[in-house]
Amino acid sequence: PLITILSCFISFQQRIEIHKLRQGDNLILGFSIGGGIDQDPTQNPFSEDKTDKGIYVTRVTEGGPAEVAGLQIGDKIMQVNGWDMTMVTHDQARKRLTKRNEEVVRLLVTRQSLQKAVQQSMMS
Amino acid sequence: MSAAMDTESTYSGYSHYSGHSKKAHRQGRDRHKSPRSKDGSRSEKSVTIQTPPAEPLLGNDASRAEEGQDDNWGETTTAITGTSEHSISQEDIARISKDLEDSVGLDCKRYLGLTVAAVLGLLVFLTPIAFILLPQILWRDDLEPCGTVCEGLFISVAFKLLILLTGTWALFFRQPKADLPRVFVFRALLLVLIFLFVFSYWLFYGVRILDLKDTNYQGIVQYAVSLVDALLFIHYLAIVLLELRQLQPMFTIKVVRSTDGESRYYSLGHLSIQRAALVVLENYYRDFTVYNPALLTASKSRAAKHMAGLKVYNVDGPGNNASGQSRAMIAAAARRRDSSHNELYYEEADHERRVKKRRARLVVAVEEAFTHIKRLQAEEQQKAPGEMMDPREAAQAIFPSMARVLQKYLRTTRQQQYHSMESILQHLSFCITNNMTPKAFLERYLNPGPTLQYDRDRWFSKQWTLVSEEAVTSGLQDGVVFVLKCLDFSLVVNVKKVPFIKLSEEFIDPKSHKFVLRLQSETSV
Repeated sequence: PLITILSCFISFQQRIEIHKLRQGDNLILGFSIGGGIDQDPTQNPFSEDKTDKGIYVTRVTEGGPAEVAGLQIGDKIMQVNGWDMTMVTHDQARKRLTKRNEEVVRLLVTRQSLQKAVQQSMMS
Repeated sequence: MSAAMDTESTYSGYSHYSGHSKKAHRQGRDRHKSPRSKDGSRSEKSVTIQTPPAEPLLGNDASRAEEGQDDNWGETTTAITGTSEHSISQEDIARISKDLEDSVGLDCKRYLGLTVAAVLGLLVFLTPIAFILLPQILWRDDLEPCGTVCEGLFISVAFKLLILLTGTWALFFRQPKADLPRVFVFRALLLVLIFLFVFSYWLFYGVRILDLKDTNYQGIVQYAVSLVDALLFIHYLAIVLLELRQLQPMFTIKVVRSTDGESRYYSLGHLSIQRAALVVLENYYRDFTVYNPALLTASKSRAAKHMAGLKVYNVDGPGNNASGQSRAMIAAAARRRDSSHNELYYEEADHERRVKKRRARLVVAVEEAFTHIKRLQAEEQQKAPGEMMDPREAAQAIFPSMARVLQKYLRTTRQQQYHSMESILQHLSFCITNNMTPKAFLERYLNPGPTLQYDRDRWFSKQWTLVSEEAVTSGLQDGVVFVLKCLDFSLVVNVKKVPFIKLSEEFIDPKSHKFVLRLQSETSV
């Protein structure tokens, strides 16, 4: 029991580095985001806590840079290049990800399946 | 002697009195003398008073009015006897001999109580009149003449007494609807208060006025008026204590029937336990479905089966450990894999289905039967083709077609005891007379109704005993539990206080209702 309690406080996060792909005039990352503090958190299918207003990955295009880098659908994005993404509006999140002068974005994501897998391994 | 006469008159019947008093009101001056000797003597008394009084200034009308009212008073004072003392005195007497089973003896005691109440009421009512009249009788010549003031006071006394009479009649002249074990504390207190009050007035009157032969007649009349005022105030106190105080709901009581768990909730104000029990019983006959012992046999047989089939053998030699044995039996019964729950489930499902089927057949049969009858309008009655029947005959005509189905249904729902053929026929003719539909006719048989709906000898509950750990005249408190027992079952009553409600207000400006759309947008990056 003590161990399971501790696992809640340890965040199992993953760092993902995505190299943007140039398509014409745009730099694309190859995924879609949903969420934000100005959005309705109860409609988020990926969050465990329905009051969580963070930014979640809702779609990952096949073969895109995000998929190649290891991003999965349902991941919650905590930071982008050091900028915090847990308390931003949807539009702010979009802007932080699509800065024109950046070619590489380093994301800190947290994944539910990861957390659960760790908890289960701790319990057994 | 007058007491004996009083006894006689009260014995002759209580309702007689209220009848008398009502008549006295309505007829006013037109009185016919009743043959009773008591009334004769009273009216005789009023006649002697009517010989010219000391203050004749108002003239004939006033004296006639007074005579009429005197007559009224003469007649109605006997009726005033009742007041609230009726039921009080019953309790008084019941208190003297609690375990009186003999009904004849009880009646005697009840009438004794009535007599006591009658005498007291009479005394109270006659006192102001006596106060006014005694100086006139005893020392008329010495009295100072007292003009319009006194006449005004006479009129006010007359009307106040009339109002008092009407109020007492309206409030306290009721058939006692219950025989309660103990005295009503408030009523007894009021009686004592009235008695002490009138007694002290008489004392004062006797000492100060009669002995000294006070000549200030106006003062004496004002003294009598003050007595009547005070009596009216006591009447007001009686209303507040006896009627108004218990109107505001303070307690919620839960009544549960012990045999099948049927429960109801009622709201009550500040009442004593015995009066609360009375309220519960009055509502029991209306709200609770009738007690049907036939419905309880199933659970009893199940209970019998639980502990059956287990026998304890003592293999370790003699020595009878009874508690050990019973505990062993309970443990074994609990561990035994019995399928009684299965049985119950299937039995109930089966019963449900059977009842539903029979009910469907019944509804169809009754609907069909009702189509054979048509009500004749007034014009058609002259040129009717066939024979005309009254409701009873019509009912008898269509009854055979539904009799068997109805009987079967009643047997399935175990209600057959409560409905005899005669009662069904009566109900059928009643429904036909009142243009009721088949469904309305069946309403009485499809659902078990309250106890009042059925015949008195099917009630199973007529004699009640109040079982309580606290005195039955003490008031209701939070957490009080008492039981109303009758022969076959009991009603357990649990009292809970209505919670103190803290209500605060919040003002919302109607303009402050604003809304935004919550979006769930998805952006691809």
